Amino acid sequence: MSKQPAPLSVQRWTPLSVAATLAIAGLMIALAFTPLFASAEVIDRLTTLFIYIILAIMWNALAGYGGLVSVGQQAFFGLGAYAAIRLSYWGVPVYPALILGALLAGAVALPLSVFALRLKGGEFAIGMWVVAELAHLLVNLDGLIQGETGTSLIALNAFSPDHRRADNYWLALAAMAVAAAVVFALLRGRLGVSVQAIRDNEEAAASIGVRVLGGKRVIFILSAIGCAMAGTLWLATSITFEPKTYFSVQWSAYMIFMALVGGLGTFEGPILGAILFFLMESLFGATGVWYLVGLGAAAVVFSLFLPQGLWGFIENRFTWRFLPIGYHLRLPEED
Amino acid sequence: MVSDHGAAAGQPAPPLLAACGIAKRFNALVVLDGVDFTLGAGEAVGIVGPNGAGKTTLLNVLAGAFPPSAGQVRFRAADVTTADAARRCRLGIARSHQVPRPFGGMTVFENVLVAASTGGGFRGREAYDRVIDSLTLCGMLRLANRRAETLGLLDRKRLELARALGTDPVVLLLDEIGGGLTDAEAALLVETIGELRRRGIALVWIEHIVHILVQVIDRLVCMDAGRIIADGEPQAVMANAAVVDAYLGGGHR
Ligand SMILES: Nc1ncnc2c1ncn2[C@@H]1O[C@H](COP(=O)(O)OP(=O)(O)OP(=O)(O)O)[C@@H](O)[C@H]1O
Ligand SMILES: [Mg+2]
Repeated sequence: MSKQPAPLSVQRWTPLSVAATLAIAGLMIALAFTPLFASAEVIDRLTTLFIYIILAIMWNALAGYGGLVSVGQQAFFGLGAYAAIRLSYWGVPVYPALILGALLAGAVALPLSVFALRLKGGEFAIGMWVVAELAHLLVNLDGLIQGETGTSLIALNAFSPDHRRADNYWLALAAMAVAAAVVFALLRGRLGVSVQAIRDNEEAAASIGVRVLGGKRVIFILSAIGCAMAGTLWLATSITFEPKTYFSVQWSAYMIFMALVGGLGTFEGPILGAILFFLMESLFGATGVWYLVGLGAAAVVFSLFLPQGLWGFIENRFTWRFLPIGYHLRLPEED
Repeated sequence: MVSDHGAAAGQPAPPLLAACGIAKRFNALVVLDGVDFTLGAGEAVGIVGPNGAGKTTLLNVLAGAFPPSAGQVRFRAADVTTADAARRCRLGIARSHQVPRPFGGMTVFENVLVAASTGGGFRGREAYDRVIDSLTLCGMLRLANRRAETLGLLDRKRLELARALGTDPVVLLLDEIGGGLTDAEAALLVETIGELRRRGIALVWIEHIVHILVQVIDRLVCMDAGRIIADGEPQAVMANAAVVDAYLGGGHR
């Protein structure tokens, strides 16, 4: 086939993706300055958007790349918030408590992975839901929480509302940037192709040397930390902790919606999905039941007509790669 | 192309891969029963046998897809019976699957890249070169950027081979990669396998199409009902009465 094989090159970044990444970096810098001039309402809404984006990225990393479809990620969302309250009660300064709480709740994923990752497919999905319900019950046993009445992160009251608002915003922005960067770097590296191989065929992955359990575990714990961080951020914005709100399965529904509508298994898709979800909520959230009906209808329309999600569609149509995870071998006929 | 790679007679070098007293049961069903199998360094062994004889099951036991119910597998004199498939692959035992198992959501290039970077332990440019070499050998280079789920059956089988090669194996276990080929395609495959032999890779190749098989192998093994019923020089095995019987009596395609 090749007498004198010209060295073929493997393309990862394209001029378009470099431009897109620079634009995103520019946007992040602009966002960092937004609290200096934006209204309180805008700051609060953007903070919420950042939390949604974290959740969407984490669910996508878990299910879209790792093949681990979970309807129980609210377990970590709730445990993160709970851990932050506990740490703050024990005297840890409140903002460090938010970050430490997320890491602690994420650490729960390590022992949990020992049995959760033995479950396959639907069993894992439902098993995680059971885990979330159990976590909810256990948290309610803590006297500090006062059962379903819940409690508040009172330490935050030491800050004036304006300071708090801006600090929450910056923490959420930073958490989102770190979450996106870490997931992006991991998926672009060796772990990325390994977990996708596990997702597509576990036995074949093992047969070419992939440590299946280890790969799943990394992505499971990463996703747990991310969802827990989203939970502590949610706590920072709302201050109150009612267990049933945090451990509600609605969070899983939101994550699934954002990832599916945006494009499961693409890096950009779920971010787009989170923005879409956020816009729908901002526009129609006040309409209550009709909003939920609209969400459901949108999910059905997308799964029927755009099964690869909005970004999957765009990517195929225009072969755009903003934040490239994959590899492209440049063949001679392309030049 | 009759090969001259035969193991030197009378020189009992320790086998590269050996399975002794292998039994495999699925509940009450006995699929392998007292199988002894050896493969020398750089040797190529063909396995034939009627459907359901236990060929794929033996290959699974050699590759570590599941442990045998009894018996021992040794690789380079070390006991690997309890080593799982990933571990054995990293040691140098690669395999293809009879029913292809592509990573559908990834490109052909990425499919082989996982193999080169995990099983083969290659990094960066070295890994890319390994992938390009494997794809070139299997005639798949121009499909490198295709999503694997869009491939037809023949290309999926080629991908099985390319992916196994990506791991830089010492032993390659092949399960019916030659079915459904035209004569020209079969000739290309024989050429590819010949190249692998020149590179010193030892082969176990399960194949129903014996005339392709005999062009590349040193030794032929025939299995029937979970046992090895003949093992030796290909022509002699094919002339063996028990082998002829197994095919006439069994479910030959
Ligand atoms: N996981 C399993 N569970 C139960 N029975 C199995 C399993 N795998 C194989 N068998 C049975 O073991 C027997 C041997 O199967 P095997 O796949 O090894 O045959 P084979 O020689 O490869 O046949 P073929 O030529 O059709 O590929 C068959 O009867 C099959 O149904
Ligand atoms: Mg078989």
